[in-house]
Amino acid sequence: MFGYYLSLARRSLGKNRGLTALMILAIAFGVGASMTTLTVLHVLSVDPIPAKSHDLYFVQLDPRKLTGYQPTDRLPQQVTRYDGEALVRAGKADRQAVMTGGSAAIEPERTDLKPFYADGRWTSSDFFTMFDVPFLAGAGWTADDDLHASRVVVISRPLAEKLFGTTNAVGRSLRAEGTQLRVIGVIAAWEPQPHFYDLNMGGAYRNGEQLFVPFSTSREIKLSHDGSMDCWEASPDSTALNAPCVWLQLWVELDSPAKVAAYRDFLVEYSKEQQRAGRFQRPPNVALSDVMTWLAANKVVPDDTRLQTWIALGFLLVCLVNTVGLLLTKFLRRSPELGVRRALGASKRAVFVQLLVEAGTIGVAGGVLGLGLAWLGLWAVRHQPTEYGHLARLDVSMLAATFGLALVSSLLAGILPAWRACQVAPAIQLKSH
Amino acid sequence: MHVRPIISTLGRHKTAATLIVLEIALTCAIVCNALFLVHERIARIERPSGCVEDELVRIGLTGIGTKTDANVLTTQDLAALRAIPGVKQVASTNMVPYGNSSWNNDISTIKDDPNGTNAASYMGRDLLETLGARLIAGRAFTPNEYVDLEAVEAKTAHVPSIILSRSLAVHLFGTADVVGKPVYATGEEPQIVVGVIEDLMRPNDFGHPEEGYYSMVAPVQLPYTVAGTYALRVDPNRRDEILAEAVVTLDRVDPARIILKQQTIEQMRHDYYNKDRAMTYLLLGVSLALLVITALGIVGLASFWVQQRTRQIGIRRALGATRGHIVRYFQLENFILATLGIVLGMALAYGINLVLMAKYAVPRLPGEFLPIGAVLLWLLGQLAVLGPAMRASTIAPAVATRTV
Repeated sequence: MFGYYLSLARRSLGKNRGLTALMILAIAFGVGASMTTLTVLHVLSVDPIPAKSHDLYFVQLDPRKLTGYQPTDRLPQQVTRYDGEALVRAGKADRQAVMTGGSAAIEPERTDLKPFYADGRWTSSDFFTMFDVPFLAGAGWTADDDLHASRVVVISRPLAEKLFGTTNAVGRSLRAEGTQLRVIGVIAAWEPQPHFYDLNMGGAYRNGEQLFVPFSTSREIKLSHDGSMDCWEASPDSTALNAPCVWLQLWVELDSPAKVAAYRDFLVEYSKEQQRAGRFQRPPNVALSDVMTWLAANKVVPDDTRLQTWIALGFLLVCLVNTVGLLLTKFLRRSPELGVRRALGASKRAVFVQLLVEAGTIGVAGGVLGLGLAWLGLWAVRHQPTEYGHLARLDVSMLAATFGLALVSSLLAGILPAWRACQVAPAIQLKSH
Repeated sequence: MHVRPIISTLGRHKTAATLIVLEIALTCAIVCNALFLVHERIARIERPSGCVEDELVRIGLTGIGTKTDANVLTTQDLAALRAIPGVKQVASTNMVPYGNSSWNNDISTIKDDPNGTNAASYMGRDLLETLGARLIAGRAFTPNEYVDLEAVEAKTAHVPSIILSRSLAVHLFGTADVVGKPVYATGEEPQIVVGVIEDLMRPNDFGHPEEGYYSMVAPVQLPYTVAGTYALRVDPNRRDEILAEAVVTLDRVDPARIILKQQTIEQMRHDYYNKDRAMTYLLLGVSLALLVITALGIVGLASFWVQQRTRQIGIRRALGATRGHIVRYFQLENFILATLGIVLGMALAYGINLVLMAKYAVPRLPGEFLPIGAVLLWLLGQLAVLGPAMRASTIAPAVATRTV
């Protein structure tokens, strides 16, 4: 029966080409626009580290002066150097790492390369195991290296290839800001998007770092700091150990709710202790946010992207109302034909199904065209100068969703017209002919 | 023209009429909001920065390793850059408009104010003259007024004075007439406001949109190693040549440095508003597509009605209705439907705006945008219905005598 309905639909749609094309185009444009924006939204809201995002927590404390204290104050977005170093040393979590972004001038040994600047991350040893960083060669440094500020560095594959012409660069030496650092590891492609572990580097979607240096080493050889810094008092050196400034991120790994609760208690205890020591003045206020909570709280998906999605869905809605109207006129115009079918014994249900098949056919055609339009739309997004543009690609799930959206939309649009059309009284239709 | 027969006819086609009204309403609501958002974005893109944009270029650079002679080198750099023909003024500055990275400070009229106003703080010798910021009251800094940033941070020197942008002055004091008044921006002692400049933009979208012009200029000088930027005010016709020459010049003064950026402020402005431009095009594109789809929907429905009413039209023509009567019938019918749609659409537009205000910090939709949407849809409806109406008017009176 389905095959017969399909051939009926094809014949009917072929009869009125202009109207058919209009309906298919309306569905295609609505679906194309919606899928373009939904895909962008989808890639931007993705979990950057799905295997561990529930076990990783961002730590916040309140080390500020009592001046201007209000209980509703938001916590600082980062931690001070003193607290970052102390909490890593305390080692109360399964793993913990303190970190900041930075950049360093690199002077290659190769004479054909000019000195250049590379983005880096100055962090502590647990960083690599905590974030599952894949290594091509060598490994990260140890807690001992943190303690002794060893002159070691882990570099990215592109940097290894640029400097040494090979990924097997372990044991080689690299000159950063005038200091020789020994390469102990080369990491494979690793660029979690969004750049969840540090969101204050000017945009949440950015390229990963090229070199990783122990935080302690970065302080000794005075590597520069990139990212935001908040100070509540003037200070001659805002990156000094006791500076009244927050500029570091602290991440901890805790694999059970019990450990999370215990760590939170520990942070409150730590805050009280700092209060007694006179460093902290405000009542203890701490927060632990897992990856997705942290990303949501920082609104990493731009408002414009959400707005565009709503606009596209609104557009789809108008296209659907339009299609409902056009299908209604199309089906009602065929009342005589449907009357004959009813008179010859087709049940209301059969006529209804037949008309829905016709609407679905339009949906499938609109879906194919809409997919092409979404592909074009995403191509346009990729060629826009946004930091996340390159991520906008259709994956299998979005491909299926496109078809699903087109089919469901067209069937929804078909229900009312098909129901109205199958109400025809056969007798009247037959009489007038 | 009688309205009542039209209404009663529409009453017999409730479903189709409701659909078309709904489509017009949705289109009207979305287009009103989209045009308003476009208007907002264009206003944002066109806002003045407060500096002489066509004369400014900037070079971002960094030294390699720690430099002990940074101050000396900066002085040499500035002298060498000034010697380039076509260069009018040079400054080693911590930031420039559209630069995206910013230094911010809390400023207040009272000491240790916990609720101070966050403002961008521009620094650099001769910065005001380089940016071409226009003084509207008071004076510029004198050469011996400048202090070193290093000394300020070590608390061995105090910033004596400050220049505020107009918006910041008005926010702090309720008036731009503030020369001679003390403010607290840095250190234990106040700074005296010596001048007020025409609004100078912050380097990025820090804080609320209305705080976009909260900036101040401090008489603080700093070496390129801390500032990171040389701003050059140059002959607008020779910007690119001068940029290239400046890079060569800096390399000659000391080759152990890396040039990170070399741009004209106009390029930076263009990049800064990329996203806003993309959004504008998108909104205009969607609006146009919506109008086209709605117009085609009206054409489709009107054509159907013309076909359905062929006989009635023939009878009316036979009873003496002119072609004009038939055309006007469809026009009036469309006008009624469009009006219903527009009324519903305006309520909807207002509702959408309320949601946008709550979720995306969009301002309230001004009343002017509603009539624009209304006129647009009335015109659209009339245009769309014209074709089918003309076709209807060509139906011969003789049709009335035949069975269709």
